[in-house]
Formats: sequence, C-alpha cells, structure tokens
Amino acid sequence: MADNAFDLIIIGAGPGGYVAAIRAAQLGLRTAVVEREHLGGICLNWGCIPTKALLRSAEIKHYLDHANDFGLSVKDVAFDLEKVVKRSRQVAGQLNAGVKTLLKKNKVTTIMGTARLAGHGKVAVTDHEGGTRELGARNIIIATGARARELPHLKADGERIWTYKQAMVPASLPGRLLVVGSGAIGVEFASFYRDLGVEVTIVEVLDRILPVEDSEISAFAQKQFEKQGMRILTSASVEKLESKGDGVRASIKTKDGKAETLAVDRVILAIGITGNVEGLGLEEAGVRVEKGHILVDEWGRTGVDGLWAIGDVAGPPWLAHKASHEGVIAVERIAGVKGLHPLDTQRIPGCTYSRPQVASVGLTEEKAKAAGHTLRIGRFPFIGNGKAIALGEPEGFVKTVFDAETGALLGAHMIGAEVTELIQGYAIAMTLETTEAELMHSVFPHPTLSEMMHESVLAAYDRAIHI
Amino acid sequence: MPIEILMPALSPTMEKGTLAKWLVKEGDAVAPGDIIAEIETDKATMEVESVDEGRVGKLLVAEGTEDIPVGTRIALLLEEGEDESALEGMGKAAQPAPAAPPAPAVAEPKPTKEKAAAADRPVAPSPAPPAPPAEASKTRIFASPLARRLAEKRGIDLAAIRGSGPHGRIVRADVEAAAKAAEARPAAAPTAAAAPAVEAPEFTPPADVPYEEIKLSGMRKVIAKRMAQSKSHVPHFYLTIDIALDRLLAERTRLNAGLAEEGVKLSVNDFLIRAAALALRKVPAANAMYAGEKVYRFTRQDISVAVAVEGGLITPVIRDAAAKGLAEISREMKALAEKARAGKLMPEEYQGGTFSISNLGMYGIKEFAAVINPPQGAILAVGAGEKRAVVVDDAVAIRTMMTVTLAVDHRVLDGAIGAEFLAAFKGFVEDPITMLL
Repeated sequence: MADNAFDLIIIGAGPGGYVAAIRAAQLGLRTAVVEREHLGGICLNWGCIPTKALLRSAEIKHYLDHANDFGLSVKDVAFDLEKVVKRSRQVAGQLNAGVKTLLKKNKVTTIMGTARLAGHGKVAVTDHEGGTRELGARNIIIATGARARELPHLKADGERIWTYKQAMVPASLPGRLLVVGSGAIGVEFASFYRDLGVEVTIVEVLDRILPVEDSEISAFAQKQFEKQGMRILTSASVEKLESKGDGVRASIKTKDGKAETLAVDRVILAIGITGNVEGLGLEEAGVRVEKGHILVDEWGRTGVDGLWAIGDVAGPPWLAHKASHEGVIAVERIAGVKGLHPLDTQRIPGCTYSRPQVASVGLTEEKAKAAGHTLRIGRFPFIGNGKAIALGEPEGFVKTVFDAETGALLGAHMIGAEVTELIQGYAIAMTLETTEAELMHSVFPHPTLSEMMHESVLAAYDRAIHI
Repeated sequence: MPIEILMPALSPTMEKGTLAKWLVKEGDAVAPGDIIAEIETDKATMEVESVDEGRVGKLLVAEGTEDIPVGTRIALLLEEGEDESALEGMGKAAQPAPAAPPAPAVAEPKPTKEKAAAADRPVAPSPAPPAPPAEASKTRIFASPLARRLAEKRGIDLAAIRGSGPHGRIVRADVEAAAKAAEARPAAAPTAAAAPAVEAPEFTPPADVPYEEIKLSGMRKVIAKRMAQSKSHVPHFYLTIDIALDRLLAERTRLNAGLAEEGVKLSVNDFLIRAAALALRKVPAANAMYAGEKVYRFTRQDISVAVAVEGGLITPVIRDAAAKGLAEISREMKALAEKARAGKLMPEEYQGGTFSISNLGMYGIKEFAAVINPPQGAILAVGAGEKRAVVVDDAVAIRTMMTVTLAVDHRVLDGAIGAEFLAAFKGFVEDPITMLL
C-alpha cells in the first residue's frame, strides 16, 4: 500500500521523536510518527513543562510571602491547589496542540496507536479501537522514552505512593511528604511542595543530594533546602513502605545504620527511570537491551540494519534536549547529511528548577580531576553581584572549572536565582571551544546576573574584580 | 547558491598553483570523488577531486592559468535544482577575500589518504629547521580558540591541518590528532619555502638573434630560485676522489644473476646510495645542516637522489637508506623515478632528505661539481665509470675507475670531515662486501 510506505518511521512523539520527525521532513524524507498517548511525550505532558508551571505558582507564592521585604504589603496570601494544577494542565495542553500543528505543518504523518516492530522495515500499529495497520520504511527510529523506575520493595500505588505523574496532579495537599531520591525530579517536587507549606523529607541513598552535580553545589543546595525547613537524609535508604490508613509508614535505614520509622501522608518515588522497551518486539528484531535501555552506538544505531534508538530509551542522560539532539543527528545520518559529529555528552547542560535553581554543563571538579586535568577553579558568589542584591537573591554562586594547561573550559556549575537561563552561555562557550581568554574578553552587560559568569572566569585566574 | 570550488592548497606551504588541466567541462555532472582538475605546483602535478555533488556550472579559470593563489574561486558547481541563472553575478574568479571562509572544503587534493599517511611517515630526521611562518598562507584559517592555543603550545602549523568542525573549522580534536601524528615522526621536513626569493634579472634578448620564448614552469622557477640562493649564500668547497669499481661491478653482476627471477636489477647507483648512507652513518658529522644559530646533525640517513625529468630535475628521497638493503633501495628508487618522470611525486616523497647524490655517469661525464641542495650540507656528484690506466703495485694496470666530487657547505662541514666521509664511501664501494656489515 503506497500510503503506508515511508522513508522513516519514528515510534514515539516525545521531544526526541517529534523533533526528529520535523527534521526528517525538512530533509525531504517521507516520515511517519506513531504515538500511543500524547504528542510531545512525557516532557511536554507529564514532565518538564507542567512541573515548570507548578513551580512557577510556588515561586510566585514565595514572592508574595516575602512581599514585605520589597516594601509591598499583600494580605491573605492563599492558593487554590485545584487551580494551580489546572493551570499546569492547560499549559501542557496548549503545547500538546502546538506539536500537533508543527507536525502537520511539516507534513509528517501522525498515527495514534501502539507500535510494534513487525519484521525488517515494518511496523504494526494497533489503534485505540483495536484496528491494526502495517507501515513500512527503510529506517525506523525507536523513541519511546522512559517511565519512573520502581524497585521490588518500592512500588507506586498511585494513591499514597506516587510517581511524578500523580505528584503533578494532587487532589489535595499532603501534610507530610517523603521524597525518595534527590535527582532533579525528586528535588523539584520537594521544592514545590515545601514552598506550598508541606513538611518534606528527602531520603537519598548516596552521600549527597543532586549526586550528578558538583559536590559544592550539592552541599550548598542541601543547606538552602534545610534552611527552608526540609529534612534531608543522605546515605540513607528506604527499606519498606507500608500503607496505613490514609498514610504511609516508611522504614528508613539512616547513615549510622539505625532504623527509623517515618509516618507521612504521601510518598514520591523519584529513584530514576527505566526505558519503555516492552511490547515493541525488540527481542525478535535482535535489538540488545541492557538494564532497561536499548544499546546503541554514538549515532543511535542499534546494530540491527535500519533500526535506531534515541532519547531516554537509549540511556542517560535522561534529558529532553539530549533526546531532541540525538534525534536530529540520527535523522541527518539517515538522510546522508555530510560533516556530522556524534553528540558530545560532555556539552549537554542540565537544569534543576528547584528554589534555588541549579544548572551545570561539563565536568564537575571531581570528575575533571579524575580525568587527569590540572585545574584552575573560579568561584563567584551572588552576594558580589549588584543585580542579585537588587533582586533580593543574594544566595548562590557560579563555579567554573578550567584546564590549567590549555585554558579549556571543562565545566561550569551554578546555583541560585535564574541560573537555568544563564547556563547556555557556558554551553556555547564549550561548543565553540573558547578558552578563558575569550570569556574574559567577552562583554557581559551590567547589571545582570550574567556578570557573575564573567567574574567566575576571572576568579579562576585570580582576576575577579568584585570580590 | 552554487557551490564554489576554490583553489586547494595541495601542501601546507603552497601559495599558488597552475591550473594544468580541466578534466570536466561545463554541464558535466560530478559526484564526490570525481577528479575535476589537475593542478601543477612547484614540483608535482596533482589531481583535485570534488567533495560535492552537482553539475559544473562554470569554469572560472582557463587551463594553463598560472600563479592562482590558494583560495581563489576556480569553478562553480550547481546543486540539484539549480540552473544557470544561479550563476549570475558569480562569473568571476574571485581572489581569496580575507573575510570569506577559505575553503568550505569544496575541493581537496586527491591523495587524501596518502596525505594522511604522510603525516605519520617520517619525513626527515630531527630536529626541524625553523619552519616558515604560518602567514605564508594569506587565507584566513578558521580554528577554535582552544585549537589555536593547543596548536601554539605544541608547535603545530594550523595551515597544515584539515578542520573537521562546521565549515571545515579546525577544532581541538583535529589539533590533537595532528599532534599525535607529529609525535610519531621525528620532525617536520626542512622546507624550501623558507628561502627568500632571489630576484631574477631582466634581460632583453639580442635584437638580431631568432629565439623562442619558453615560459618557466613551476619546477623551473623553484630550481632557479633555490640554486641561485644556494650558490650565492652557501660557501661551497669541493673534494674529489677516484674510486675503483671493479669489485662492485663483479658483485653487481653476480647478485643480479640471482635477482633476475624477482625482477630486480641493481644499478651501480643503488650501490652508491647505500654506500653513501653507510658512510654517513660512519661519519655522522657529515650528515648535517646549517641553521643559523645551530647545526642539526642527523642520526638517520635520508638520501635525496637527483632524477632528470622533462623540464628540470627533482630529488625523490630514499628514507633511512642505511637501514635498507640493496634490493629494497633498487625497488624504491625505480618506483620513485617512474613517478618523478610522470610528475606524480607527492611532496613528502621529494621534500626533506639529509644528503644528495647526483649521478651523470650515464652521460659519460668524467667528473663534475654539483650545487648543494639547501638546506642540506653536502651533495655527491658522481661521474662515469671508465677503464683507466692506473698504477697498482708500481705497475700500470687497467681498472674501472669512477671520479666523485663532494660539494660541501663550509658553514657546517670542514675539509677533514668531508675527506673522512669520502674515505668511508670509497671503502664501501671498493670493497662492497663490507656493506653487509
């Protein structure tokens, strides 16, 4: 059937899949994308975007709570959780519709249904009414994403023990909340609920929160969260979760090996994610899956002819922008675009939208040292920046890690207000392979928070001005 | 927009070239890898292949155009869906503008592989004489700041690197790869381009003599420049010695009888190359170059051998000749000479060398003095082997004799060292069995 013959079929329309589909269409490939649930995937519907909407409500509440500090009086600050959640869903809905329009505009065939590999170059799609159709293409990209990871003793029930999905649409505010895991997802929910007044405990099995970040950032974040009233247990593990009445009793093994029982109303499991590899016919196709993720090379090739995988399902870092970029690279490779380079994972920035925000790119100090570099480290605190003071945000710092020998910017780590919007400056610098010299010569506008990025570079070479 | 094909730099020091021949005509379809033109540089003719796909829209320079600066637009390629109207306003061979990217890697010299391999190949023994400044190339080099800094730190010439970044930009990885390649070889080749240009006098021919005007080829210009520079700057002196060839000729006959099956035929010159290399190893002071504040004394013997070609001569190099057997030298020399005559030698095949041999014996020349090939320190001029009456044990005897003359750069070598070298050379030639040792 002619209408079922494509150059490329993409399974999954998340930030990896839909971006890949649009790029493929731009390159003239006849492209189909199959999505079983929502265009835009988790990111847009149940992840990045709706949580940012929630956090924005929490942030504004925080400002209102502190209006007096700015000479403003606001009486009776209150919130309506239902409306907060509703706004978050509206934002997701708006963007979902946007993706639909983009795909249509680019003449990508969008098929709603569940896809399964059906032999070389073939995909069988079952729609929601149970009807099936077969599509054929020379190349197939698997972009099915991932979901919250569970452990045998830590399983979500969707009522009292939540994953991100329930945590995003609470019907009522819990009094006490346990967050298991302190990666970006755990910390963002902890921050959101804490700002709404919930009593929050974070349990992290490693020795520090935000374990992928630089350890100075972890330590600073922990101090800030504790100042806000969170309780944080590191090097601790949740051994058991028992539902009791409308609450949960958590058995926790603490750092010193003691057992502690914690009674909470709700639990959020944020202990990593696992790839959506089931039901796709991967095994029959000969695709190798390890630890819940498809094994691929640097171009996203699975080793099976014409079969590619990108994004979360193809392994960490689990970031939407990484998925999109991998998708574009795989598509360009399929289309025969010249001069391609694989994605350099060292140059993927990561952002956490807690209060304070955290953003980083490149190597942490520890990793840079372990890689054998001699380092020059620059640090600059928010307290030394005029704009930060004016904003009433004096907490935070910018840390830069340089190779002492070459002046290569190896990594940048930031914590404080708005840093998620700043990190891109360093990401561009790294991609363009600038050295400290170009960063020093760059003019940073005054007064902005970005001046701290300049000062941090200067500080690495003992030339900082405002400290 | 049509794709611009620019005059490629076929070697790191190339500034200009002659478009010897177009191998495509307007309207031809080309695919990546198709050979589109032959470009003549100082010493070699090289093929240029297209890296893009398209249809030749316009050839902007005529065959035979000389001195085309690297980076000049030489042709326009129409991409799929473009027609001749896209060429409007683009019909001129543009000079390389500093603001324009030098070469979006549109045209590249054909022997890419060989080129890459060359980077790994020892070119000349260490250390390198001062290289010409990178400004030799007038086109702007696009490189990341980090790549520039690494190149500076590791002494790598960015002009010699092909960038793998967007639009051919040189990035860190390219410099690191080049540094790795450079580590693998002892040093860069001594570069002729370091020599300042020698002003050519202008003559008008005598009015009443009929003449033909012959334009200088790229090779002729280089010979003129380098030889004039050598004779005017290098203080030459000469040492001459007679050498008996009888035993060498006997050994050669015997060895060739055995080698005939393998298709190898040793020439006298093959023996002389090996003898010179062994003598240099024995007298390392003679294997040297003068470099201003210092002298480089080489521990490997790379012998440049002058080969006459149409319109001039060229000196392909037998690298590490003391480590090579006669049969290997013979095979290599044969291949290099064939390539030289066909004008297909790669720069790395004729650049470098630590010592030269020039043999005019086949023309019956009894003896001559050669001009030193700078920056080398000496050149051995070999005359014909001929039967002469010589005095042996107080009696006149017939011997096959050959006269050789060593021209020496007195700045780096003195008479005694030259004499020592010649004595060693004579020893190997007169008793060829010692070349086995």
